[in-house]
Amino acid sequence: MTTSMTTASTEPTPSPTGPRAAGTTTPPRARTAAPTRRKRRPHTPLNPRPSIPLTLVTGLVLLYTLLPLAWLLINATKDQKGLLDSFGLWFADDTHFWDNISRTLTYDDGVFVRWLLNTLLYVAAGAGGATVLAVLGGYALAKYDFPGRKAVFAVVIGAVAVPGTALAVPTFLMFSNMGLTNTPWAVIIPSLVSPFGLYLMWVFAAEAVPTELLEAARIDGSGEVRTFFTIALPLLVPGTVTVLLFSMVATWNNYFLPLIMIKDPDWYPLTLGLNAWNAQAQTAGGEAVFDLIITGSLLTIVPIVAVFLLLQRYWQSGLAAGSVKE
Amino acid sequence: MRTHTTRRLLGALSVLATLTLTATACGSDASDTGAGDSGPKDINAALEKGGKVTVWAWEPTLKKAAEDFEKKYPKVDIELVNAGTGDKQYTALQNAIAAGSGAPDVAQVEYYALGQFTIAKSVEDLSPYGAQRYGTSFTSGPWNAVTEDKAIYALPMDSGPMAFFYNKKVFDKHHIKVPTTWDEYVEAARTLHKADPKIFITNDTGDAGATTSFIWQAGGRPYQTDGTNVTINFGDEGTQKYAATWQKLLDEKLVAPVSSWSDAWYKGLADGSIATLSIGAWMPANLTSGVASASGDWRVAPLPQWTKGDKVSAENGGSSLAVPKAAKNKELAYAFTEFATTGAGASARVAQGSFPATRADLESKAFLDTKFPYFGGQQANQIFAESARNVGADWSYLPFQVYANSIFNDTVGKAYVSSTKLTDGLKAWQDASVKYGKDQGFTVNK
Repeated sequence: MTTSMTTASTEPTPSPTGPRAAGTTTPPRARTAAPTRRKRRPHTPLNPRPSIPLTLVTGLVLLYTLLPLAWLLINATKDQKGLLDSFGLWFADDTHFWDNISRTLTYDDGVFVRWLLNTLLYVAAGAGGATVLAVLGGYALAKYDFPGRKAVFAVVIGAVAVPGTALAVPTFLMFSNMGLTNTPWAVIIPSLVSPFGLYLMWVFAAEAVPTELLEAARIDGSGEVRTFFTIALPLLVPGTVTVLLFSMVATWNNYFLPLIMIKDPDWYPLTLGLNAWNAQAQTAGGEAVFDLIITGSLLTIVPIVAVFLLLQRYWQSGLAAGSVKE
Repeated sequence: MRTHTTRRLLGALSVLATLTLTATACGSDASDTGAGDSGPKDINAALEKGGKVTVWAWEPTLKKAAEDFEKKYPKVDIELVNAGTGDKQYTALQNAIAAGSGAPDVAQVEYYALGQFTIAKSVEDLSPYGAQRYGTSFTSGPWNAVTEDKAIYALPMDSGPMAFFYNKKVFDKHHIKVPTTWDEYVEAARTLHKADPKIFITNDTGDAGATTSFIWQAGGRPYQTDGTNVTINFGDEGTQKYAATWQKLLDEKLVAPVSSWSDAWYKGLADGSIATLSIGAWMPANLTSGVASASGDWRVAPLPQWTKGDKVSAENGGSSLAVPKAAKNKELAYAFTEFATTGAGASARVAQGSFPATRADLESKAFLDTKFPYFGGQQANQIFAESARNVGADWSYLPFQVYANSIFNDTVGKAYVSSTKLTDGLKAWQDASVKYGKDQGFTVNK
């Protein structure tokens, strides 16, 4: 800091300081050019004043977020022995990363792969279905006027407020009476309902699809179904991706619903399966497989991280839609 | 992070369990009459006809039993389902019974939890199937745990006579003799911790199963059950003896604040910072697979005694196989239960590492002579077998022990995290258990 100030005062003309400083190069002013430069640069919302406490807090949060991930990556390279013998945040003497992955995929007759496929099924059917329903419903609620719309609104808002956990027991009893527990349906059907997704699509459709456009289409003789698919749907893509992303993350991480619905390990999603491996270490005679649990956890988050990275630009534009007057 | 979520989840589950407990209490009539005893139990005919038996269990050696059974009876299909471990499985079982569908044909139930299912009449009495002939086949502790008057509610699958596991390497390094009494144990704890503040004689953050086992060994009999008449009294001499000794360890911070079965626990057992365990005889399997790096460091000794010269032990853990009343094919279910718990089925499971509840296996030469490379070639089974013979008689658990254990940490657990005394914690546990028992319709005396 001090060095740059001295340079600025001894050499009036150079301008690492940008166009403003370059414009005012008279010698008397140059002495004060460096200190005042900071003042004169306007702090717009896009170029906010740097704040040391804020940076520190953000740094801490960053560390807090990344540390578990780093821990997971480091420990996925250790075997059971290494896990117990070495320091948690550094590597053990020997690395078992690939060995761990192959053992995770083959342990107990390759049940991990089965769980992975189950999870994919639940995500594809559950989150995919939830997105389709949310888009159709949201569009209908936003663009069609019909009796009971307000009631639907009230129900949806109410449903957003009820945590899924609170509904778990009644849902279990209901599915049990229908004989659907212990089948994939018990996980897929409740996942199809996403009040938040519906609400999001509703708000999004109201903003993103101009009613005038629909009217124009109608005047040109397009049917409602054709209008939806050719005109509305392309406009709804960012919102759809957002809802898809949300439901995918929710379904991928879902633990409680499958926990109470599914008893058959053949239908477990990854979350339950990994927990079952963990519980194994807590029983008399059970084999402790912490190394496989950690590697399994790493494998479990890879797809969701990938999806997030791929879809996040849609997600960002989706959330911002309608927030500014254009 | 993980423990946090587990905690919350367990909280949610216990609410669920309470809900369903109440539900079964009301609905027990239906399941009672719904089953109906239909004439003589022709097990052989059922075996010939074949069918599917769903077994809810987490015990690993049952896999072998299921394979052997299917080989012997090709028409029977055994479906082993791990529906969760311990109380998670009981919650699921209660739910399935309450919901009237989805219950398994056979379920693994730990001895401490069996009362909950027998009192609600949700498990089948196995004596009409011929189970009474095994009266002398099993060791007395487990057999007492599964029988009530003339009814046999389950067959013992394994047992957990307690023994003292210690890290010889640590003991040798600090010149400590293996304690034979609990007073010597406290002394050893002091010496160890003084010599190296990182070393603790053992770990304890409040474990209902361990506490009741210690009280059992000390001669305390806090629970008495006679039908729906229940007595809960932690004021007896045995309990006080346990509490006074353990209080010393807590006051002087001589036990590691590490929960059993956590990864930190396994780590402590591996690096020697948890130097001993007083635990059931099933522990070798867990040490061998979970703490492989400490192989050769550990040894087994008889449990320290409360009075010098005594030879008293207690059971810690152990499970039975029960047939729920809601089972679809009870004859087949019984056939598998019998196969897996007695005779060749039991021996095969013992060979896989299960600790026997059958006298024949416990007394067999092969079993007693087994050398454990993990314990430096020690014939540890001889110590376990002697412990099984010395288990104190007349112990019983509560018919709602699963619930009682679930509130252990809210009551006795305070002694581990605050200045509350163990005796006060036990008193609080007693009061809360009495209240719950009364709410459930039991006649409870203090």
